[in-house]
Amino acid sequence: MKLHEYQAKEVLRKYGLPVPEGYPTDSTYNVREIAGRLGGFPVVVKAQIHAGGRGKGGGVKLAFNQDEAEKQAKAILGMNLVTHQTGPEGRIVKKLLIEAGCQIAKEYYLSIVLDRATSQNVIMASTEGGMDIEEVAEKHPEKILKVFIDPAVGIMPYQCRQLAFGLGFPQEMTGQVSAFIAKFYDLYIKEDLSMAEINPLVATKDNKLLALDAKLAYDDNALFRHKEAIDFRDLNEEDPLEIEASKFSLNYIKLDGQIGCMVNGAGLAMATMDIIKYCGGAPANFLDVGGSASAEQIEEALKIIISDSSVKAIFINIFGGILRCDRLATGVVTAAKKINIKIPIVIRMEGTNVEEGRKILAESGLKFLIGNGMKDGALKAVAAVKG
Amino acid sequence: MSVLVGKKTRLLVQGITGKEGMFHALGCRDYGTAVVAGVTPGKEGQNVEGIPVFNTVKNAVLATKANATMIFVPPAFSADAILEALDAGIQLIVCITEGIPPQDMVKVKRAMRGSTARLIGPNCPGIITPGQAKIGIMPGHIHKPGHVGIVSRSGTLTYEAVGQLTALGIGQSTCIGIGGDPVNGTSHLDAIRLFNEDPDTHAIVMIGEIGGSAEEEAAEYIKAHVKKPVVGFIAGQTAPPGRRMGHAGAIIAGGKGTAIEKMNAMKDAGIHVCESPADIGETMKKVLMKKAAKKKPVKKVAKKKVGKKKTLKKKPKR
Repeated sequence: MKLHEYQAKEVLRKYGLPVPEGYPTDSTYNVREIAGRLGGFPVVVKAQIHAGGRGKGGGVKLAFNQDEAEKQAKAILGMNLVTHQTGPEGRIVKKLLIEAGCQIAKEYYLSIVLDRATSQNVIMASTEGGMDIEEVAEKHPEKILKVFIDPAVGIMPYQCRQLAFGLGFPQEMTGQVSAFIAKFYDLYIKEDLSMAEINPLVATKDNKLLALDAKLAYDDNALFRHKEAIDFRDLNEEDPLEIEASKFSLNYIKLDGQIGCMVNGAGLAMATMDIIKYCGGAPANFLDVGGSASAEQIEEALKIIISDSSVKAIFINIFGGILRCDRLATGVVTAAKKINIKIPIVIRMEGTNVEEGRKILAESGLKFLIGNGMKDGALKAVAAVKG
Repeated sequence: MSVLVGKKTRLLVQGITGKEGMFHALGCRDYGTAVVAGVTPGKEGQNVEGIPVFNTVKNAVLATKANATMIFVPPAFSADAILEALDAGIQLIVCITEGIPPQDMVKVKRAMRGSTARLIGPNCPGIITPGQAKIGIMPGHIHKPGHVGIVSRSGTLTYEAVGQLTALGIGQSTCIGIGGDPVNGTSHLDAIRLFNEDPDTHAIVMIGEIGGSAEEEAAEYIKAHVKKPVVGFIAGQTAPPGRRMGHAGAIIAGGKGTAIEKMNAMKDAGIHVCESPADIGETMKKVLMKKAAKKKPVKKVAKKKVGKKKTLKKKPKR
């Protein structure tokens, strides 16, 4: 679960990490007042969306007085912000962060993620602050310092020093930097984050560290330990169909093709999307109904698929293991009758009780197209779309 | 022969009194696995259709000599369950549970370092040696005993591959579902190594998906060490970047872990990579036929040359 910048900074503050003073708002009425409260100019008006590259897209502006702050806020709030991470469709800005400016001496990069290859957390730091870390990794991999943390002992002071000296901080700042890194790691572990990034981390002209921007994401699997963090979820940042699907424990991701997919199991669901593409079509979604889909889940899944208006055909691909084919067939028939689906449905079933399942489909009085194998099913779905 | 699981397996089920645990414990027993014990704290003395339940894994091992475990406890308690099994000396730990916090698994992996025990999963369908035993939730009846080893991060996609092979009359030595999580016990590489050393596995199917670099690491090993033919598939060629595709580990992060990267690494290692998941069975069939065709004339030539030079050494014993 991703956090907005203003939420991430709230968490940083809680752990005693220095961030600029600032306040979020979702209207332009109080921008003058907030800007006046920050104790000096310039102030920064920042769009709050779940995507990077906001500055380049015009979502971050400086203001040198209250009038300007209000003017910038009016321009940004409600704008459709397009960055390299939002895709061409962009994201409507619904919230702003009004923040105090600062005198930057130098910018750095600091992040913590789980390194899958070593099964350890890794702290990455670089002197190339403000840049995309992927870009730095590609062009100047030598400029990224990495420190792997042994989970049995946690972060050690020497590792913090390695980073502080490695980044070339002046002697009088290394103590401060080490303490900052240790606290940041503590935050990452205690909050069960999947990603924590400060970019840029700045040294100010009076030798103080400040987290100028921050991106944090909670690990979804660990949210049960962080009930208070659930308030950070912003439904505005999610697709309405995906929100609906999550209510029924369906794993749904909207894509932009025309063939709606319903599959059991994540790997098979991905493979089904792949074979649709391979056969010349385009998948409209990823949808995993899980290992033991109930009749209710099947019905909701079909409803969600058809509420995407670009869907012109549905491909149901089930390899019955625990989920028996007869139960699936009954679920599909009941749902199709109830919600009156008008577009073609291709069903491919294999596995447990497949014969009974096929019989139920054949005797239902509904016109299902039957796929003999994954490829045949995909070809039929592609043909159905093309008419 | 086969790897990890077979007739000598004595299975324990942690979380046996839960709905899922009970259902699959009995499923394993029906398939032929010796299910000797269950563990649910506080329920010692009860039994599940004749399978005795114990309070602790230690008690269960002492009483029944269980040597493998299948874990069904909820995600919040799974790390604890894995380490309890480790502490009790169980050598094969199969964790089915989905949704374990990755930071819990980071600690588990650290705790297992240096131990001889093997963890499979979490978030996996388990492991099966067709015709002998299974530890997991896969439908046993689609499998057929044979000589193709399968390793995969996915559940139903593995069944798909198994189904295709079985339909073509190609049996499997052992199928290992290593799970869809970013931090897991057994990697593709570990499984490939086991299959490479198993004399009864003649060919391998490796099914991967987007995210991480486990497939690339396995491919590197295959290039250097594996002579057995390998057929591969990567799911998620059409997955959008930055989205978690059902599995916690299936995500293209920072442009890394794409299907194309993995497929290229695998092709480079001489793996027969299928673009379509429907071609896994057929590709394996072709590969095995080629292998058989190659083998026969070589053998004849070798026999003719017997006595002339060093070729005698190459003659297989069996």
